[in-house]
Amino acid sequence: MKKKYSIFSLAKNALSGHKEWPKMWRSPEPREFYDVIIIGGGGHGLGTAYYLAKEHGLKNIAVIEKGWLGGGNTGRNTTIIRSNYLWDDSAHLYEHSLKLWENLSIELNYNVMFSQRGVMNLAHNEHDIKEIKRRVSANNLNGIDSFWLSKEEIQKKVPIMNTDNLRYPVLGASYQPRGGVARHDAIAWGFAMRADEMGVDIIQNCEAHQIRTKNGTIEGVETSKGFLRANKIGVVASGHTGVLAESAGIRLPLQSKPLQALVSEPIKPIIDTVVMSSAVHAYVSQSDKGELVIGAGTDSYNSFTQRGGFNIIEDTIRAMVELYPVFGKMKMLRQWGGIVDICPDASPIISKCDIDGLFFNCGWGTGGFKATPGSANVFAHTIAKNEPHQINSAFNLDRFASGRLVDEHGAAAVAH
Amino acid sequence: MLIINCPYCGPRDQSEFSNGGEAHVKRPDGSKEIGDREWGEYVFIRANPKGLFYERWVHTHGCRKWFNCVRDTSTDEILVTYKLDEKKPNLNNFKSVVKTPSGEPEVGSGNFTVEK
Ligand SMILES: Cc1cc2nc3c(=O)[nH]c(=O)nc-3n(C[C@H](O)[C@H](O)[C@H](O)COP(=O)(O)OP(=O)(O)OC[C@H]3O[C@@H](n4cnc5c(N)ncnc54)[C@H](O)[C@@H]3O)c2cc1C
Ligand SMILES: [Zn+2]
Repeated sequence: MKKKYSIFSLAKNALSGHKEWPKMWRSPEPREFYDVIIIGGGGHGLGTAYYLAKEHGLKNIAVIEKGWLGGGNTGRNTTIIRSNYLWDDSAHLYEHSLKLWENLSIELNYNVMFSQRGVMNLAHNEHDIKEIKRRVSANNLNGIDSFWLSKEEIQKKVPIMNTDNLRYPVLGASYQPRGGVARHDAIAWGFAMRADEMGVDIIQNCEAHQIRTKNGTIEGVETSKGFLRANKIGVVASGHTGVLAESAGIRLPLQSKPLQALVSEPIKPIIDTVVMSSAVHAYVSQSDKGELVIGAGTDSYNSFTQRGGFNIIEDTIRAMVELYPVFGKMKMLRQWGGIVDICPDASPIISKCDIDGLFFNCGWGTGGFKATPGSANVFAHTIAKNEPHQINSAFNLDRFASGRLVDEHGAAAVAH
Repeated sequence: MLIINCPYCGPRDQSEFSNGGEAHVKRPDGSKEIGDREWGEYVFIRANPKGLFYERWVHTHGCRKWFNCVRDTSTDEILVTYKLDEKKPNLNNFKSVVKTPSGEPEVGSGNFTVEK
């Protein structure tokens, strides 16, 4: 039965102390055979299963997750959503996603708390100004809301920002009003619940060990719950995608690194937009609970330790305190890391490969949360039809042989 | 943060070093024609194991020399550093602490220093 959420269900469950809420999804034991197995129960994987069932009529689908749903980067990110990317291919992909975000709470009847509070990308030098203005123009040509803010306009929007008295003064910014933030867990849970209702098996604590192939065709996957046969497998395991690809004899152009974030103690509302700076590498928004959500950078070396180096945090805090002196005395509550899979051109891979029935959705690196519904939507299309959707055709694996990269390093303001 | 043993200067703070990615990568030597795909692999694809990894570092703010290293990417433990002209150590000399390809080690990141 379709679970409904409304003010009435909330009131009703409040009366029973919120102890009677039904489980959001079943947790079945895996079947022996599936038409499609998705490896990785993050937002992209769960969304893929949802769109496969909803738009492509497939029903015999499993999502296997080695830990808990959204316990990877989906639950570890700073949730910044925007679509103001430089290149056409990226702009189309991220804008497709942003449009889906705008209707997602209604579509899922589950509040993903998408808050379009605007995203600002700061310019700190002459080069930043030129680069950002160019990107704003490219965005406008692609029909994406994006404009240039002067320093005075920034000061009006974010009065607590120190724009002048710092090493890299703030000279202007790009601004995308439709950008914003959303609730990280909610998108995983919402997709999981609605996919489950359509018959998708969501299997947690089930680790994929090895992808098995025979004569260039997929056979299935060895897991901690036994061997599961499948016609098609989609690997959506962010930092671990490369490891799984290797088990099928495929080498992917990915490097895995920790990316960190931290949150402060909660305070009264003080910043009502998202501000990012790639030059000094600090970005911040304020959660509905009042915490400052602060994003840091990646470590310079490959690692799977979900924690990251302290020097990275120091750099980010230094930049934060310089940009917002008023934050200087605040306490930080939590810090963590997620393992991001970075592609040489900082663009994702949503592609089939040499093995029939094996598909990859990876390389989202430091910035794939915003793409969750869009990526899932076109990946489901790719798996169901054995052909990419027009929107993801540029994000294939062949580009690393042809050289037709989608180079978003630097071009995309900051990499999140 | 790591303490890295520069083969020339001894143990120093990580902030003095820069990472150079996978070690022992061979450029195709031109002895035979290779296609775009092989070139692409050489240019873009690097090993990315969870576990034992051969990598390069340079002591940027020290002797400025490059050297190689074996590090466990699942714990960040540095197992050995060695000079560029030294033979690459056999990985069988070291114990891998991840039991499955994408499993987690029993002691978490950084904790191996406490454990030992
Ligand atoms: C600190 C941080 C900040 C970020 N900030 C932003 C931001 O502001 N905006 C933005 O757009 N993006 C951001 N990102 C990036 C974003 O989080 C990711 O690109 C996105 O969430 C990836 O989603 P996913 O579903 O592909 O991967 P994940 O959510 O990581 O899901 C992959 C899942 O696969 C599972 N898995 C791995 N190996 C196996 C296996 N062998 N068997 C079974 N399951 C397995 C994992 O447990 C995991 O749950 C940030 C990332 C981090 C770490
Ligand atoms: Zn040295």
